[in-house]
Amino acid sequence: MAAAQSLAPPSDQDAPRAIVSRGSRGDMVFHGVLRAAGLSVLAIISLILVFLVVRSTWALSTRGFSFLTTQNWIFSGNDFGVGGLLPNTILIAVIAMVISIPVALATAIFISEYAPGALRRPLIAIIDLMAAIPSIVYGLWGRFFLMPRMVGVDSWLSRHWSWFPAFKITIPQSASTFVGSPFIAGVVVSLMAIPIITSLSREVFSQAPQGEREGAYALGSTRWGMVRTVVLPFGQGGVIGATMLGLGRALGETIAVLLVITPVYNLQWHLLQSGGGSIAATIALLFNEAGPHILSALMAAGLILFAITLIVNSLAAVVISRSRSGAVTAD
Amino acid sequence: MSAGTLPQHGGGQLATGELATAESAAAARAAQHDLAVSDQPLELRRITPEDVLTLTGAGLGSLGLTWVLYEQVLPTSGAFGFWVTWYITFLLLYMAAAGLQWSRLVVVDKFMAVAVGSAGVLASAVVLEQIGYSLVKGLHAISHLNFWTQTMAFAPPTSSLHVGGILHAAVGSLEQLALGTLFSVPLGVATAVYLAEVGDVMERPVRTIVNAMTALPSIIAGLFIYAFAVLTLGLPKSGIAAALAISIVMLPTVTRAAEVVIRVVPGTLREASFALGASHWRTVWNVVLPTARSGLSTAIVLAMARGIGETAPVFLVAGFTNEMNLDPLHNWQATLPTFILNSVLFDGQFPNFVARAFGAGFTLMLIVLILFTIARLLGGGTPGQLTRRQRRKLRREAESG
Repeated sequence: MAAAQSLAPPSDQDAPRAIVSRGSRGDMVFHGVLRAAGLSVLAIISLILVFLVVRSTWALSTRGFSFLTTQNWIFSGNDFGVGGLLPNTILIAVIAMVISIPVALATAIFISEYAPGALRRPLIAIIDLMAAIPSIVYGLWGRFFLMPRMVGVDSWLSRHWSWFPAFKITIPQSASTFVGSPFIAGVVVSLMAIPIITSLSREVFSQAPQGEREGAYALGSTRWGMVRTVVLPFGQGGVIGATMLGLGRALGETIAVLLVITPVYNLQWHLLQSGGGSIAATIALLFNEAGPHILSALMAAGLILFAITLIVNSLAAVVISRSRSGAVTAD
Repeated sequence: MSAGTLPQHGGGQLATGELATAESAAAARAAQHDLAVSDQPLELRRITPEDVLTLTGAGLGSLGLTWVLYEQVLPTSGAFGFWVTWYITFLLLYMAAAGLQWSRLVVVDKFMAVAVGSAGVLASAVVLEQIGYSLVKGLHAISHLNFWTQTMAFAPPTSSLHVGGILHAAVGSLEQLALGTLFSVPLGVATAVYLAEVGDVMERPVRTIVNAMTALPSIIAGLFIYAFAVLTLGLPKSGIAAALAISIVMLPTVTRAAEVVIRVVPGTLREASFALGASHWRTVWNVVLPTARSGLSTAIVLAMARGIGETAPVFLVAGFTNEMNLDPLHNWQATLPTFILNSVLFDGQFPNFVARAFGAGFTLMLIVLILFTIARLLGGGTPGQLTRRQRRKLRREAESG
């Protein structure tokens, strides 16, 4: 780096001289290339937005606001919309979160606080591996392994807990009553959200200051007391952010839901009963046979999914960066 | 956060010598692996026979109780429900047994230890279960040699497992993964270097978007490539379109992981390079990137493991075929995930197709596991730490003069 001296006139006062450094030509090219790479990420996101908007114009202009409220998917009378698909998507994601948050947090606490040192690294590797298992494998497992084994729980819940409206069964009992329910899809998706929440929370927990931990022990705290009063409050922001990232993943999950669910297009909030769906699974299901109109509607549905996950993920990023633990992990 | 200034090993040294060395060795190992935590906790745990006996007693007792109640007395059935019931019974029984011996504080402490520990066990069990289940179910198919060497071109839906295989899908998967890696790695690493080394006004928005892209639903990447490359640019539905979609999925993963490893390269190395008069790009090229090489390879391999399992975007833009297609630029191409999806969704009524799907699922898991092992082997050391081979090479060079 060439440093050009400033040409200030000599004086009696002791003042630091200003150092102006100008990069060489090679450095300027280098920085230009890097900046272009960084900006290309912004360009990709903007292009995704632009192209989804352009391709969904027909559907959105035909249906207008009622695209968001129509619980149907019939094109002959232009009667289509995500009024059923969107809440069904959110329903599956919420079930997944209810299951995965406690399990993921407990796993994160176990790895960062309880597991003996020799066990810690293999466990971290297992969680990483869990995140890398392809969603199609989770889908196969959910369809052929989990589904038949959950019928017992489903029927028991529907018999004894049917006073709770969401557990009621509204279709006649048959062999396929419990096949492809939102509950099963939620359980499968929860397995895919667990590693995301776990690895981020674990990272945050392990950053809790050692001095405060030992302070808690010095005051006579048990291990759990230390976790409850030091580690959990410290990791609060990071955990909320991690949960939202997991939620984003659960909302956008395609293939596992597609393999497990029995698709319907209206709102179906009876958790245990056959029929449900998500925006992403519907896109994958209908895409390859879609004409231009259906394609436009699918693009519009994708646009809505994109907007929702982008909002959820950005909120997560803000929560993480604002929190105390986030400030530590930011670098 | 400097390890040297804290008296963290004080407790360990007070204990017996053997314990202290074991602990500090474990602490040193942990410090090596987890750079972020440089101050090490004291080891406070002791496992007593009472702990072990209470745990086993509660486990076995609840197993028996659940079996009697669930299978014999109550009108309940199903394996899933059995294990959920067993777990709840186990926790209650453990709490009762602990309550007889210890004070309330200790009971809560032990109870939470068991609860979080079982979550760790559950997560590990799920992973092992996924691998084992796809192996067991896929065994029918993968035990036939033709499964690895043939395509499905001449295998009608009703054909036995002695005909047809997944060679075409495996080739498609590997080609698309290679192309996707080729597109995403240079861009991802350059973006990571930008975030870690340059960092001007645009750093914050770029970082936010990269983080948000990590959780971008992969089907959106497929929709985008279809709308952009296929409908607008006129690219055919083909392997290369799928590779573009895969690279969009891989890009944020590569970038985030690469940025982390570039940031842990010690600043003193950079300053030494600058002090010798090197320009910024020379420093990055000759000092920063080589130092972070092992971490970068790990980042890339982990992103590849994610890329090969991508189903939804490939399903949208690569089409599907039963024949071998070596050319990623033209015509539809099958991949392992789309082969599984088609076999289950459209040919699910033929048991042999389901068996093939599981065989392909096992192949996919195998590839992911291999990539994972490579990543672990590459990423063993911290930045700047030499591998055994590098040390040997240095020694040889020193000896030869």
